[in-house]
Amino acid sequence: MSTILEIQNLKKYFSSQKAVDDISFSIEKGSIFGLLGPNGAGKTTLIRMITGIFYPDAGNILLNGKKFDPVNDVIDIGYMPEERGLYKKMKVGEQAMYLAQLKGLSKQDAFAKVKFWFERFEMGSWWNKKVEDLSKGMGQKLQFVTTVLHEPKLVILDEPFSGLDPVNSNLIKDEIFNLAQKGTTIIFSTHRMEQVEEICNHIVLVNKGNKILDGSVKEVKQQFKQHIFNAELDKLPATLQHPSFTIVEQKGNNLVLKINEGYQSNDILLHFINQQSVVVAYHEILPSLNQIFIQLVEGTPNSRQFQTVTA
Amino acid sequence: MNKIIIIIKREYLTRVRNKTFLLSTFLLPLVMMVFIFGSAYLGAKSIKQYKIAVKDETGLYTNKLKNSDAAFYAFPENASMTNYRKEGYDGLLMVYSKDRTNADSARLYSEKELGLATDEAIKKQLQKINEERLLLAKGVSRAILDSIHAQSEDEDLLNYRSYKVTGSELKEGNKKLSSIVGFISGIIIYITLFIYGASVMRGVMEEKTNRIAEVMVSSVKPFQLMLGKIVGIAAVGLTQLLLWIILIALLMTILPMIMSPEMMQQAQNGQALPDGSAQASSAANMIAQSTGVDIAGANWLLIVGCFLFYFLGGYLFYASLFAAVGSVINEDPQEAQSLMLPITMPIIFGFIMLTSTIQNPSGPLAFWGSIIPFTSPIVMMGRIPSGVPESVPYWQLGLSMLLLIAGFFFTTWLSAKIYRTGILMYGKKASWKEMIKWAFKKA
Repeated sequence: MSTILEIQNLKKYFSSQKAVDDISFSIEKGSIFGLLGPNGAGKTTLIRMITGIFYPDAGNILLNGKKFDPVNDVIDIGYMPEERGLYKKMKVGEQAMYLAQLKGLSKQDAFAKVKFWFERFEMGSWWNKKVEDLSKGMGQKLQFVTTVLHEPKLVILDEPFSGLDPVNSNLIKDEIFNLAQKGTTIIFSTHRMEQVEEICNHIVLVNKGNKILDGSVKEVKQQFKQHIFNAELDKLPATLQHPSFTIVEQKGNNLVLKINEGYQSNDILLHFINQQSVVVAYHEILPSLNQIFIQLVEGTPNSRQFQTVTA
Repeated sequence: MNKIIIIIKREYLTRVRNKTFLLSTFLLPLVMMVFIFGSAYLGAKSIKQYKIAVKDETGLYTNKLKNSDAAFYAFPENASMTNYRKEGYDGLLMVYSKDRTNADSARLYSEKELGLATDEAIKKQLQKINEERLLLAKGVSRAILDSIHAQSEDEDLLNYRSYKVTGSELKEGNKKLSSIVGFISGIIIYITLFIYGASVMRGVMEEKTNRIAEVMVSSVKPFQLMLGKIVGIAAVGLTQLLLWIILIALLMTILPMIMSPEMMQQAQNGQALPDGSAQASSAANMIAQSTGVDIAGANWLLIVGCFLFYFLGGYLFYASLFAAVGSVINEDPQEAQSLMLPITMPIIFGFIMLTSTIQNPSGPLAFWGSIIPFTSPIVMMGRIPSGVPESVPYWQLGLSMLLLIAGFFFTTWLSAKIYRTGILMYGKKASWKEMIKWAFKKA
């Protein structure tokens, strides 16, 4: 797979904060990339640089191997910001046409694409409705459509599911998978970890303007595993104690064990087998992204302290 | 470039299609017309002829008081304080002879106020008769007196005229007309600066509070968004102006047909009206003049051209400032008030300068006010009708225009930088210090 977006040593300092301080990563074409971080970590600033809203103070952004050009590359990017809205007094159809044309589509192209997406999302009857008459969820759907309808190569979604009911959430989620399958790259920014686990292939965690984690979801979980296993036995052995593990939790015949240093998971199994206990189930408990997130971010102050930057 | 045109189109169409646009476009000239003709009409009606009973003890004035628009005299034998109302008179004029007071004296009694016009008319009549009596007593013959009267009543006795002298060329001065045209065009620019400036500000605020701003700036540059809005609203303003001109021209041709000739006469003889309706009369005067009664001496092409220039120039100069203010405001309209103050102050100041400019179009206040771009759109329009190049030399007009254009580039450049940062700031009110910092920081 080829790289679509490469961020090299990106920096953006504001007068009171190092919003983004030397962050680098790359995103592969067709992947769903999770950009994670607590509030105020610098995610939005990072995204605004990728979308050409902010100019970086230092560093490079390469799109398809070429230096990112905010003016001409907007056609390749679809951005749904966290703070998003629509012109309330405009009609739904006109609004979608307007945003599509501003991306650089011709009137005919825009019309065809808007029609296509409106039918796909069963929004055809909304065309002449005013935006202010839409419910919040309907508005979100319209925003999603206007973000992707010009078929950008890179779609950036900031908290795309906030305010959506489960049905519409699934609709959007399916659409995200669909787009990724067709080769669209998606950057997905959120702090809802269960969604990340479900959707993303690759994640980057930023905190206080720095990248603190980078890898595939699988790798990250491996990296942060604590060698904890769940074992279910038909009956407890005579002696439960063994130097290879310590019991973390015990619920009847269900044990949560932590492997002690110098031992392997098979050592525990052997112990149970030797003790004539039948092992019904035995599997490793990997930490959830939520736990990793909290573990990494915890201990840092909840809100970033303002600092004076001499740049 | 193409994107700016798409933005301009949207800004223009959403406003022109709006009902309030249609309403304000069609109602405003109507309201103005009704006001002008209404006050002219009321002015015509306000001189009521009162019936005055005269009880003259001296006998010097009996049957000599001449009736006028304001007073009709009667000399009933039995008129008294107690019965004049019953006899159908509005007032009682008593002229006492010397033996009652120290001198001959006249007193007017009435139940209700008869008004200044009637009062003046009676006083004038009494004085005239008195004067005549004294002249006759000094030996001036009746024949001489009559011939003097006949001559002095001809208003054009001295044939008074004022002229503007340009080199060897004499031009008949038209102070009244030029000051009215100047004042009205100044007022129109003053009002439109506020209307369309506020419209730009509200548009920017809408984008910010609706949270559409970030979506927009991911497709277009903030500068394009701001400029598109400003130009779009300028087009709305021009459309509205054009419609107003057409409408007023239409009304101007239709209304005189409906109005009675007496009222048109009233409207044209503005000077003859009592003080209270002087304003209305001057406005009516202008209408009378622009309908072709007296259009001489003014360079209309230049005035209209300059008006359009200062209308657009003034708007463009201020619009970006309004946009910058709109971009830093959050939902709270209270904030808008305080942040708008530094922008509205010079506009109001320009309006105040306009009133003194009208009186003295070549004075130092008028000069500086019409050169500095903050006030020049309003003040210069007050000067131009009094004559280019007589009152406003070409170099002043040129300098004023150049500075306005330069000022427009400067405010737009400055505002664009504030706008770019402000439009993406949520939840926090920007201080002036911060705004200045945004304006001068590097890209």
